[in-house]
Amino acid sequence: MGRKLLMKGNEALAEAAIRAGCKLFFGYPITPQTELSEYMAKNMPKRGGLSLQAESEIAAINMVLGASAAGARVITSSSSPGISLKSEGISYIVGSDLPCVIVNVQRAGPGLGGIQPSQADYFQATKALGHGDMHFIVLAPASVQEIATLTGEAFDLADIYRMPVMILADGALGQMMEPVDFEEKKHREIPEKTWACTGTKDGRPHNIVNSLIIEPNELESVLEERYKRYAEIEEKEVMYEEFMTDDAEIIVTAFGITARIARTAVTAAREKGIKAGLFRPITLWPFPTKRLRELADKADRFLCVEMNKGQMVYDIKLATECRKPVDFYGRTGGIVPEPAEILNELEKLTGKGKE
Amino acid sequence: MKEVFKKPHALTDKPFHYCPGCTHGIIHRLVAECIDEFGVEGKAVGIAPVGCSVFAYNYFNCDMIEAPHGRAPAVATGVKRANPDLFVFTYQGDGDLASIGTAETVHIGTRGENVTIIFVNNAIYGMTGGQMAPTSLPGQVTTTSPYGRDKHIQGSPIRICEMMATLEGVAYAERVSVDSVKNVIAAKKAIKKAFQTQIDKKGLSIVEVLSTCPTNWGLSPQKAIEWLRAEMIPYYPLGVFKDKTTESEAE
Repeated sequence: MGRKLLMKGNEALAEAAIRAGCKLFFGYPITPQTELSEYMAKNMPKRGGLSLQAESEIAAINMVLGASAAGARVITSSSSPGISLKSEGISYIVGSDLPCVIVNVQRAGPGLGGIQPSQADYFQATKALGHGDMHFIVLAPASVQEIATLTGEAFDLADIYRMPVMILADGALGQMMEPVDFEEKKHREIPEKTWACTGTKDGRPHNIVNSLIIEPNELESVLEERYKRYAEIEEKEVMYEEFMTDDAEIIVTAFGITARIARTAVTAAREKGIKAGLFRPITLWPFPTKRLRELADKADRFLCVEMNKGQMVYDIKLATECRKPVDFYGRTGGIVPEPAEILNELEKLTGKGKE
Repeated sequence: MKEVFKKPHALTDKPFHYCPGCTHGIIHRLVAECIDEFGVEGKAVGIAPVGCSVFAYNYFNCDMIEAPHGRAPAVATGVKRANPDLFVFTYQGDGDLASIGTAETVHIGTRGENVTIIFVNNAIYGMTGGQMAPTSLPGQVTTTSPYGRDKHIQGSPIRICEMMATLEGVAYAERVSVDSVKNVIAAKKAIKKAFQTQIDKKGLSIVEVLSTCPTNWGLSPQKAIEWLRAEMIPYYPLGVFKDKTTESEAE
């Protein structure tokens, strides 16, 4: 057990990235991820790395593309409007089978929206961040400690599966301070990057990093191969957490910071005799579909709680095949729901606890 | 028998897909000859653009990356910062470099990255079939300026070398042409100078090469060369616009 440090989520993420061997950060200033860029700017040069402020979000993600193509561990961070700008580059990175870590410290949208915490980029992150048939891994931490742990994991996953891994945080997680332990975690075995553009050294055929495949049959077969890799990830890399789901009649589903709040509500509901539980997806893609399907046989109903107008709720309905009622409760625009609001929903839906 | 002419090693055996009379082939060859002469193929990474030269990754024997449209300078920056020992060049057309990628072009210059840009200016979008480019000339008829480019409607063409020369981090900027043997020789000299600038870590080097597009200009290869001379060179004068290569590091 190492020494615990009190850190903001944004700072812990940056520190964890450096400890994971990431030597390059490319970013563009945006609230509320600022502390992450500033931590990188301050610490990367002291630890043999480089932090470079790009002229735009677009340039930053393309610098990531270049650095990754050259074989480096690289990260970029932004917040919602900036992530939209990066979507072109992310699609090319996926199409070129390049690893990297992308952080979205979400704020409210659409447009310039607001600067307060939000989870309104769930659809974007899990369904459509970039054109074309594509997926990438999306991790949703719920504490500063988990941000640190998952950041190390994100670099390994990216290198193993040759794809971007997104850490989907939010303004609350990024800004709040909690104790964090950077315990040296056992890293996974990383395959050698034989595909990287490191120079042929006049000894091997030239490597080409490219997403253009003009011949439809060839492109289809490349996509088929990539989708086999996606299937492997769906099989092996799903992560979730359960709390009191064993005998739960109503299961709250929530991710990220909302799950922390929901947990408090579930505990309060139990005290009032409501058999509530919590299911928290940690990987938003791959989504824990299989486990949710099992839970649909046990619980009577689900309540999906999010900081948006209802996005993950569709995945809950798909995963449970609508075999049980799935309700939604959310706050949006930068408002973080209170445990009492969720408890109130649980009482309404179960008809218990009020008296 | 004595070998007097051969394909540069830095070019692959893949046949070019370029149209008859297009000067991309000459420019590819010049770049490849310079790679050979500097002996940098083994540590070179080239960045291909989106446009006619998108398949450049198939033609150069060094490691190659195909960048999103206009983003080659940012991709090159990522490569160079990840591994400063690599020799990094981009090969970009006018739509890529001077329109959709203008911000990336300007800022690789402001940062003074030790990268070489080969900028092929043929005053038109070739790959998509002859649309107006940022460098299309006043009055030039294209499929999207069918009545001729009107500066009151479509604005005026951009002179990249002149603009880049104003930036602190740009160490070398020269505009050349490949319309004659003499100019081809001068173009190669410019590319060598640009490569040397990178090797000496002096900052960004850019060589703008005026090029023809007979297919989309609607001219024969020979007429296209004449048009380049008569119309393009007066608007885009040849010459060196910036040369900090002889300055000492002392500043």
